[in-house]
Amino acid sequence: MPYLGGEETVRELRRALSNPNVQSDPLRYRNTILKVIRTMSQGVDVSGLFSEMVKACATVDVVQKKLVYVFLCSYATLNPELSLLVINTLRKDCQDPNPMVRSLALRNMTNLRLPSLVEYVEQPLTAGLRDRAACVRRVAVLGWAKLHNLHPSSEIDAAVVNELYSLLRDPDPVVMVNCLRALEEILKEEGGIAINKPITHHLLNRLKECDIWGQSEVLRVLQRYRPQSEDELFDILSLLDSFLVSPHPPVMAATLSLFLSISSNLPVISLAALERVSGPLLAACGSGSREMRFAAVCHIQLLLRSVPGLLGPHYKRFFCGYAEPAYIKERKMQVLVELVNDENVAMILDELKGYCTDVNTDTAQAAISAIGRIGRSYSDRCLQILTGLLGLKQDHITSAVVQTMRDLVWVCPQCSDTVCLALDGCEETLQDIQGRQALLWLLGVYGERISTAPYTLEVLIDRVRSEASLGIKMELLTATMRLFLCRPAETQDMLGRLLHYCIEEETDMCVRDQALLYYRLLHCGIEKTREVLQGRRSDPSLGVLIGRPAKPVSQWARCFNTLEPLSQGAVEAESDSRGSPEHVTYNSKPNADLSDTLSCSHIEEVHSGAEKIEEVDCAWIEECVRCPAVLHCSPQSLQAAMQLVNIQTLAFTPQQMLPWRVYLYTHTQRSHSMDAPNTTLILGELLCTGEANQKSGVKKGTADSEAGAEGKEDQLVRKEMDATADRLRVSEDGQEEEEGIKVILNQQPKDDDALRQFLTILITVLNTLSSEKD
Amino acid sequence: MISQVFILSSKGDHLIYKDFRGGAGNDIVSIFYEKVTALTGDQPPVVMNHKDIYFVHIRQGGLYWVATTTAGSSPFTITEFLNRLAALVKDYCGSLSEKSVQMNFALIYELLDEIVDYGYIQTTSSDVLKNFIQTEAVTSRPFSLFDLSNVGLFGAETQQSKVAPSSAATRPIQSSREQGGKSEIFVDVIERMTVVIGSNGLLMKADVEGEIRVKCYMPSCSEMRIGLNEEFSIGKSQLRGYGAAVRVDECSFHQAVRLDEFDSHRILRLCPSQGEQTVMQYQLSDDLPSALPFRLFPTIERDNGGRLLMYMKLRCDLPPKSAAINVCATIPVPKGSVSLSQELSSPDQSAELKPQSRAVVWKIARFAGGTQLSALFKLEVPSLSSASMLEVGPVGLSFELPKITATGLQIRFLRLSPIQPGPSQRWVRYVTHSDSYTIRI
Repeated sequence: MPYLGGEETVRELRRALSNPNVQSDPLRYRNTILKVIRTMSQGVDVSGLFSEMVKACATVDVVQKKLVYVFLCSYATLNPELSLLVINTLRKDCQDPNPMVRSLALRNMTNLRLPSLVEYVEQPLTAGLRDRAACVRRVAVLGWAKLHNLHPSSEIDAAVVNELYSLLRDPDPVVMVNCLRALEEILKEEGGIAINKPITHHLLNRLKECDIWGQSEVLRVLQRYRPQSEDELFDILSLLDSFLVSPHPPVMAATLSLFLSISSNLPVISLAALERVSGPLLAACGSGSREMRFAAVCHIQLLLRSVPGLLGPHYKRFFCGYAEPAYIKERKMQVLVELVNDENVAMILDELKGYCTDVNTDTAQAAISAIGRIGRSYSDRCLQILTGLLGLKQDHITSAVVQTMRDLVWVCPQCSDTVCLALDGCEETLQDIQGRQALLWLLGVYGERISTAPYTLEVLIDRVRSEASLGIKMELLTATMRLFLCRPAETQDMLGRLLHYCIEEETDMCVRDQALLYYRLLHCGIEKTREVLQGRRSDPSLGVLIGRPAKPVSQWARCFNTLEPLSQGAVEAESDSRGSPEHVTYNSKPNADLSDTLSCSHIEEVHSGAEKIEEVDCAWIEECVRCPAVLHCSPQSLQAAMQLVNIQTLAFTPQQMLPWRVYLYTHTQRSHSMDAPNTTLILGELLCTGEANQKSGVKKGTADSEAGAEGKEDQLVRKEMDATADRLRVSEDGQEEEEGIKVILNQQPKDDDALRQFLTILITVLNTLSSEKD
Repeated sequence: MISQVFILSSKGDHLIYKDFRGGAGNDIVSIFYEKVTALTGDQPPVVMNHKDIYFVHIRQGGLYWVATTTAGSSPFTITEFLNRLAALVKDYCGSLSEKSVQMNFALIYELLDEIVDYGYIQTTSSDVLKNFIQTEAVTSRPFSLFDLSNVGLFGAETQQSKVAPSSAATRPIQSSREQGGKSEIFVDVIERMTVVIGSNGLLMKADVEGEIRVKCYMPSCSEMRIGLNEEFSIGKSQLRGYGAAVRVDECSFHQAVRLDEFDSHRILRLCPSQGEQTVMQYQLSDDLPSALPFRLFPTIERDNGGRLLMYMKLRCDLPPKSAAINVCATIPVPKGSVSLSQELSSPDQSAELKPQSRAVVWKIARFAGGTQLSALFKLEVPSLSSASMLEVGPVGLSFELPKITATGLQIRFLRLSPIQPGPSQRWVRYVTHSDSYTIRI
């Protein structure tokens, strides 16, 4: 018996193909050819049979012809000389009275993809454009595109292009659409087919004749058209209205894309279109095909960026079915988080709570972190659920809950009491690294309120020799140091042991350096240590703004109806869609990074830049603005004013409180350098200490001292929040001022022009605000 | 634009590979398979990329249907195309499985050749395609005694021959050509229910998505008129008369459906093309006209031996003459459950503990309306704590309700005009599936 796909099989097939008895019996001949194709589909190389197959091509049996063509098109590029033999048969077939045979021959002639055959193909293709049968014209039109792509550099005959343009008026809609496609490919270098007014109107009028594939194609091409007048624009929009609510998702999506692109400077229209399209999109979310559901949910996430409340009443449509795959569940939960409001929060939390015990651990963890995000606005209810989940004593759930609590506490410091109470005893169930890191962080920061904190740490310190994870060791060091500051009596001994181990026995440089740093820091005195280690705390007086500002449609319109929203990971979509300060959460190893950056930025102070310093692409600026009245503005009006110029406020202290601060950020387009990532992130702090002796000054410089940072935006956020106080300021003009607001800006990547521009805008806003107050 | 289309079996065997644009490496299929199998989670995401090649795939019939494309393509178009391709293959080959695809590869290559040219979708209409497709489908139908039992003595009609066998609609559309006389048309009303019942027994969410599907084996198309319930209404404003109206929230129709008689008489007119097509889709949220098909009354407690006792009473509230089939309740149980002992109220049920999915699966082959079944599950859970009780539930039910629609939609009549020469058979079938039927505990 021959092995599957062996030499033997090919030899056997060749023998059969050249057997005259087989050749004379059409059925046996066809079956032998079938066998060849079957072997080919299985991935066996049967190119050796090429010459036998060329012979089999000359037949009246259409099925056999089709089969042979499948073979020839796959292997023609390997046998250019032998392929010349086929051309004659094909050209003869192009004269056949049967249009099906003509179109078949024409299609396969162009599918051979052999540059050497071009001269033989052009003539039948030209004839094909004028064929009586629409199916031949369809093939011929695309044939020109194939021909062009074989020789992309060669000049295409202007006569052909003209003929293709005139075929846009062909009675057959598929020919028309194929003309569009062919012209797009042939004229790619000139930016595709010229979309002018007559062509646009012709296409729009014939849109109804096309099937859904044609419609989506035409709508896609029309995106390049810019209506000349407002009247024309509205005519087009009303013509397309019925397509916007098409039950076919491809047509609906293509129409919305077109709407968004032609009405890009009429935001009202875009928003109305989004409203209108939400019905069909929701229907697609319930589609029988789970892949279609997924695509629809991903696109709904895009819509929600601009119209956060769009689907509020339909939140139940995003409840997960129990048999749905995890990737859809995860996306649906992200949508649910966006849709939370006062009325539905109880229902949504109840639903999410049900997912927390899901068999799939990914789903369970996603549900827990979704609850955590809702917790920013409804902390009491969410904490209650989270604490309840700790009772399950399951490692993956506990780990997710502890991580979620850590993130929640950072944003809502008022939750810390509940969290401290809940943490008791969960160190026994925690297994994975991330969960334990989160627990250590919490123990370090809230050590004075968790009575068992020293004992928990002691157990870990005793076992540090067998600890494999670098992250845990680093976190353990920091946590023990912090705990030592607030509970020295209980911790001193174990801190000593830990430092001794890390400095004397630890082989990893990172841990050792960190331990050394702490050791030397302790030498500098307890006050200095306290200053360094306890700066990192979120300010409880800061109220976090709930809700996300609506982003302009133009920000995502470009990637609507492309694969981008589907392929970008859930993580990315997450940090993109939330404007809160703790993106860090979704970092791969958040805490290790954090302590790294923290320690490194202080290394400079302790031993004067002895460590390696990296050049980082970021900039910071300080500036003083004289507009005291801003202090008396209500947070709402300040926020509204900032949003007008696209600056988002993150958090601020209540009115009239000193020191008064506001944190804000913005994304701006880079003015130049199109190749580089073209947005830059600016973070700012407005600070008014209320002291009269502030120096007004401008200091600008590349922050090359910020070593160790991996260039992550999120790290900047925290750094900015923590360590602004102890930066040096150089006064340039030494002018004294009464009440100034200090503006500290931090930017990444560096772009001076954008930063300057931003500063001007910011100052203008602040001045306007104060003048209003006056 | 589609660069390649390929079909893989779940084990990664190449079944079909068609390169439309050329220029792709030979290993593209294996790259895809490596990526798809390397993904974590039970189901991989739909879109993956390798350098600048994007793979979009769907799973149907246990196969991977993959298209490669560029980043700018519309995901809706490609997904819809793959779904449509799978539907066409099913129409032409009769059923969708690794075996049928393997046997009909020549036919599928032929189909692909006509559907897509140079990566551009040409047509997927079976009306157009039937003129081009020449290859005959190969079917394997296992020999079955049941086929014989349908034939009565001397060809007399038996009771059974009035019921379409369930395999009737799983045959290739083209075989009608040589079978000549046997022209059949199936109109299926298929509804999918999504229900969430709260722990207090109150209905929290109920959605029904339904569609009317026509599967046509008529060689020559004639006009067909489908009459729906007269009292059928769309939206809340349109309620007619009083009493039990059949209402849906939203409704959309296939392009080929003419609606001139719809407003007055609720009649859909269309010329069905060969093969399967969805004529009408509709959905209804929250406001079901009939009672929910199932209710569950659970009691869960720990006995003093550290075992978990779950007493489940499941009631089927369908009309007494009808029944649900293939009912399967999945009850999540605490982690670490070791063994299960059970007491079931009747012998045709079965239950087992699935440790991987951490659930007790309770299967009931047939569940008559108006009856009630109960089961007592005793679970041995070594580390049982009071918190473990939280891990029990929510219960997921899957079932099939033949001859029932949740919305109450009925087909009053089905007329073909002009009257078909020769014997023609028209079948109307109703079925409601559970999409997700969740009962919280």
